Formats: sequence, C-alpha cells, structure tokens
Amino acid sequence: MEMHRYEKLWLMIGVGTLVAFFLLLVYSQYAMGFMPADGHATIDSTKVDQTPPFNQPGVFKKSDKEYEVVLVALAFGFTPNVIEVPVGSTVHFKVTSKDVVHGFEIPMTRVNAMVLPGHVTETSYTFKKPGEYLILCNEYCGVGHHMMMGKLRVTE
Amino acid sequence: MERVAGPDRQDARLCLAYIAVAFVALFLGALAGLLQVLQRTGVIELPAGIGYYQLLTAHGVLLALGLTTYFIIGFLLAGVAKTLGGRLTATARRLGWVGFWVMTVGTVLATYAILMNKGTVLYTFYAPLKASPSFYIGMALLVVGSWISGGAIFLQYRHWKRATGKKLSPLFAYMAVVTYLIWIIATLGVAAEVVLQLIPWSAGWVDRINVLLSRTLFWYFGHPLVYFWLLAAYAAWYVVIPKIIGGKVFSDALARLAFALFILLSVPVGIHHQLTEPGLDSRWKLVHVFLTMMVVVPSLMTAFSIAGSFEIAGRLKGAKGLFGWIKMLPWRDVRFFAPFVGMVMFVPGGAGGIINASYQLNTIVHNTLFIVGHFHLTLATTAVLTYFGVAYWLIPYLSGRTLTPTVNRLGIVQTVLWSVGMLLMSGAMHLVGLLGEPRRTAFTTYGDHPIVQSWEPYRAMMAMGGVFLFLGAVLMVVLAFYLMFAAPKGQTEFPLADTVEDAHDTPVVLERWSLWVGVLAVLILIAYSKPILDAIRHAPPGSPGFVLW
Repeated sequence: MEMHRYEKLWLMIGVGTLVAFFLLLVYSQYAMGFMPADGHATIDSTKVDQTPPFNQPGVFKKSDKEYEVVLVALAFGFTPNVIEVPVGSTVHFKVTSKDVVHGFEIPMTRVNAMVLPGHVTETSYTFKKPGEYLILCNEYCGVGHHMMMGKLRVTE
Repeated sequence: MERVAGPDRQDARLCLAYIAVAFVALFLGALAGLLQVLQRTGVIELPAGIGYYQLLTAHGVLLALGLTTYFIIGFLLAGVAKTLGGRLTATARRLGWVGFWVMTVGTVLATYAILMNKGTVLYTFYAPLKASPSFYIGMALLVVGSWISGGAIFLQYRHWKRATGKKLSPLFAYMAVVTYLIWIIATLGVAAEVVLQLIPWSAGWVDRINVLLSRTLFWYFGHPLVYFWLLAAYAAWYVVIPKIIGGKVFSDALARLAFALFILLSVPVGIHHQLTEPGLDSRWKLVHVFLTMMVVVPSLMTAFSIAGSFEIAGRLKGAKGLFGWIKMLPWRDVRFFAPFVGMVMFVPGGAGGIINASYQLNTIVHNTLFIVGHFHLTLATTAVLTYFGVAYWLIPYLSGRTLTPTVNRLGIVQTVLWSVGMLLMSGAMHLVGLLGEPRRTAFTTYGDHPIVQSWEPYRAMMAMGGVFLFLGAVLMVVLAFYLMFAAPKGQTEFPLADTVEDAHDTPVVLERWSLWVGVLAVLILIAYSKPILDAIRHAPPGSPGFVLW
C-alpha cells in the first residue's frame, strides 16, 4: 500500500515516541521501583474481624522510620481513622474491605488505590512533609460515600 | 443497483425513531447532569428526596449508554441504507425495529429501576453493590436489542455483496461494519457479567459474587465502548466532512487500514482501567498498557488523513501558500463547525487519555475528577459534538426537511455554548482532580478539611460550566425536534465524499473479516486468559450483596 512521504514520517515519529514511552514505563517500574498499588493475598471478606492481621487494625512500627498500617475499609469509614507517624516515615499500607468496593486515596501523595472485598491492597509512601493529611474513599460505595474519611498526621 | 435521491420512507421512520430516543435521553440526562453538578459544588440541595448517586446513575445510563447507542445505530443504519443499495432489505428493516423495541423496553425498565431508587449502582454497576433484577435485566435487554439492530447492518452488507458481486464495499459501509463488530465483540464481556454473574446473584439464585472477575469483564467491555463512540464519529470525519467542505477522502486504503487496526487495538486493553487494583498481575497490567498505547498508530493516521482532506478542499477552492487553505474552510456551516470543534478538543482529550493509561501516572489521577474531565472532553465533546454536527443534516435528510439559515446560526450558538461549558467544567475537573478531589462523590467538605478549600474555586467553575452545558443541551434538543417535525419541507442530501482520483487501489485483504477478527481473537486470548484464569483460580470466597443506598 502506498503511503504519503509525510505520513510515513509522521507515523515513524509516533511509533518512536511509543517505544520510548514504553521503555520509560518499564524503567520506572523495574529500576526506580515506582509501581501502582497491587497485592495478591486474598481473604474472606465476611470474616475480616477474625482474620489476621485485620483482626487487629492499627499502626505498627517495623523499624526506625518504617511503619506498617493495617487498615479496614467499610461503609462508611476507615478503621483506624486517625493514624500518626513521625516525619520522614515510610508507611506500608495493607488495606481490605469488609463489604463493598472502596477507594483509598490520600490527596497530594502517591497513595491512591482500589480496595476490593476479598483482596488485600498494598501500597507504600514516604511522608516527607509534616501536617495533617486527608484519607478519603474515591470509589462510590453507597449513600454515605462522601462521609467516608480518615486522617493521617505526620508529626515533627 | 440505482441510487435513489431521498431515503426510503420506511427506513427513514426507523432511523428517526432511534434518533428521537437519543435526543429524549439527551434531555433527561442533561437535566440529571445539571442538578448533579449544582449539588456536588454546593450550590443547591436536591429537592424531593432525590439522591445524588441516583442522579449520577441516571446521568451515566441515559447519556453514556442511551444517547450514544441510539444515535449511532440510527446514523449507521441510515448510512448503510444509503450506500448499500439505497434502501434496507425487508428483513434488515424488520430486525432494525425488533432491536429498537428490545432496546427501548430495556432502557425503560432500567430507567424505572433507577427512578424507584432500586438501581443506584452507577452505570458501571459495581458489584457487590446489588441492584434489583429489573435494573440488570433492563441493561441486558439494551445490549441484546443493540445486537439485533447490528444484525440489520450485517445483513444489509451481506445482501449487497451477494447482489452486486463486488469485492470492496463503499467506505461508509465498511466503517459501519467495523464499528459494529467492535461493539458486538466488546459487549460479549458485559453480557457475560450481567447474565452469568449479576442476574443470578441479584435474583438470589447464588449467594456470592466474584468481584474481581465482574470488574475485569466489565472493563473488557468498558474500553472498546469508547471506540464504539469514537469510530462512529470517525466515520463522519473520514467520509462526510470532506464532502461538506467540498473536498475528497484523502485515501480510501489508509482510511480502511486505520479502521482495521482499530479492530485489533480496541478490545484487549481494558485492564488499564484497573491499574491500581489488587489481584491482577502487574506484568499483565503492563501488557495492556502497551496494547493501549499502540492505538497511537491508527489515531495519527486519522489525524493526518483528516488534515489532508482539509487541505485538499482548500486547494480545490484555490487556496495559496502553506496554510491558505485554512481560510477556505466553511466556518459558518454548523455541519462542519460542530465536528471541527470536537476534533480540536480531541487533542487535549487524547493527551489526558495517555496520562490516564500511563502505568505510573495513573496513580495520581485514578478515580479523581481528572478522569471525569477527561471523558467529558473525549466522549461528551469530541464524539457528541460530531453527533450534533451529523444531526444537523441527518435529521432533515430523514424527515424530508431542510436546515434553515436560522437553525444553522442557532446551531453555531449551540456549539459555542457546549464548548464554553465543557472548557469551564472539564478544565476545572482536570485541575481539581490533580489536587485530589475524588470523582463520583456528593457535596462534602470532609469536616472542613483544609485541602477542600483549595478545591473551592474549581467547584465554582464546574457549576458555571454545567449551566452552559444544560442550556446547550436544551437548545440542541429543541433544534433536533424542530428539524424532525417542523422545519420547511425539502430535500437534504446525505453527504458522502469521493476518494481523490490518483489514490491507489485498496487491497482486498482489508475487508477479509475472518482475518481481522481472527487476529483479534488471538490478541484477546493473549491479553485476557491469564488474568481471568487468575481471577477464577486465585479467588476469595466471593462477596454477598449489599444495598447501601
């Protein structure tokens, strides 16, 4: 099939950009470790209260400046709903849902993930600035969805 | 087969029925949209116990599924009748009506469930929120009805090929077949979800539902749905617009190649909607991101062809210099102006799409208002303004009336209202989304949290944009029904452009459907077998249903 000379050039630029783009994605995932949230553990969503670690949700110190936060999302709130960590901490979140699909977002950070009943969502973030962060649900979960929130305090 | 000037009366009635429902859906959906944007920006409180999320469900179902599907079928059927023999065969027309009624019963049933507050699960019906069976059955009928209507397009196509013995179909008919093939292949996913999972579970025959599987099946459908909307608009860009501006199709072969590539690249990409979700392997997420981005090839081909046909039109009218042809375009003709604004808005719209589907950038914008801003630029501006541009000639063509200079002028006003409204609303949504404001959320201040204060000015912009859009929608609905029932009688043509004379022959392989669908099947198997097997084998016990509204 004959193609216009300029169209060939135009498509070559496009395909070149595509290849560069994809290499960048792979590089940021495998070399820089920037991955969107995922997680492969499963759980019976009707037995969250009896299943470790979610039978004891809370903030756990792992080492200096490293914390694990075990969080349960439910209509319409998070347990625990106030989290406190010192500035500079890396926090590993483990989140699951007791009922429907929820969102787990902390605006102005890279924390943003889906929480599915039956699955455990994992994501990490280092809080470098002190202040009170807002935790909110960004997936429609019912009539009280816009009330669903928590707070994360990063102290000096 | 000879060509007849006007459409067959019976065909015209069928197509007008589809288009009338589309514009009724536009009015109701826009009304829901207005109330909704004013509530969520804190301007009003909803009266009479109407729920925000109920309106949101109505808005999505009526516009994203109702307006688009009805309009596209009416448009494609009219074009297929025009290009493949001048009139539909009796069987095709009958299928068209059966499809229409099945779809309409489904739409009414689903709308009733939403009004009764029994289906407040949004148009993405996320399990384990559980609507009443009438909502899901209504949705299933809408889809099944649309398959029957598609049967009319395919039958007409086969009939024409057999009767004429021609190897290559007219370009518009080719594009209609591709658009509908994508729709049928895509809706198989949502049909599987609704029929095998949601209906039995909603009716109480099974207790629990596999949530991850339901979402994966939904998004298998959800992304190609976007291409169904877009390709109908592209068909108008490729074949209709060149005629309106007095030009020609840039290249028949390349137009078909672009559409054939859209078949391959539209379906096996849905997991890019699930990038931040647990339970799916990150390597498969990357595969889907890559396949998603490959759509750059046919998209750039389309951009080149459209710009090329503009230049040809300008030069035919005697334009000089590198960009002199731009001045020659018919800026005061709404049939060109509305789709043109849509094309321009597709540039930022497409750029936003690249951000959304980028593996890591998605984390910043996922489920924020950025996403809502994005599809209000792509679907609600690019595709919908093109449909509006089509309506200005398609409705008079079908109703045996004419587009008067006054309607043309009002149409320009309508396009400007719509564009200003979208720029304000969608622009504000993009910006406030980057600041973290979530989508699909009623008015809230999160206990007067300081971060919400940074969202306030954008909310005001969104509300203003919403008002402009509602005015634009009302004007459009009025003009559409005026053109249908009251405009002066006369003949309006169905504008179809010829290909440039020195264009090269189109390879017949572009129309070998078994090849393209076969390759697509392989791609779908590669992209989806492992994620779906994982979702089934590595599944939690499943979720009971919840009614939380």
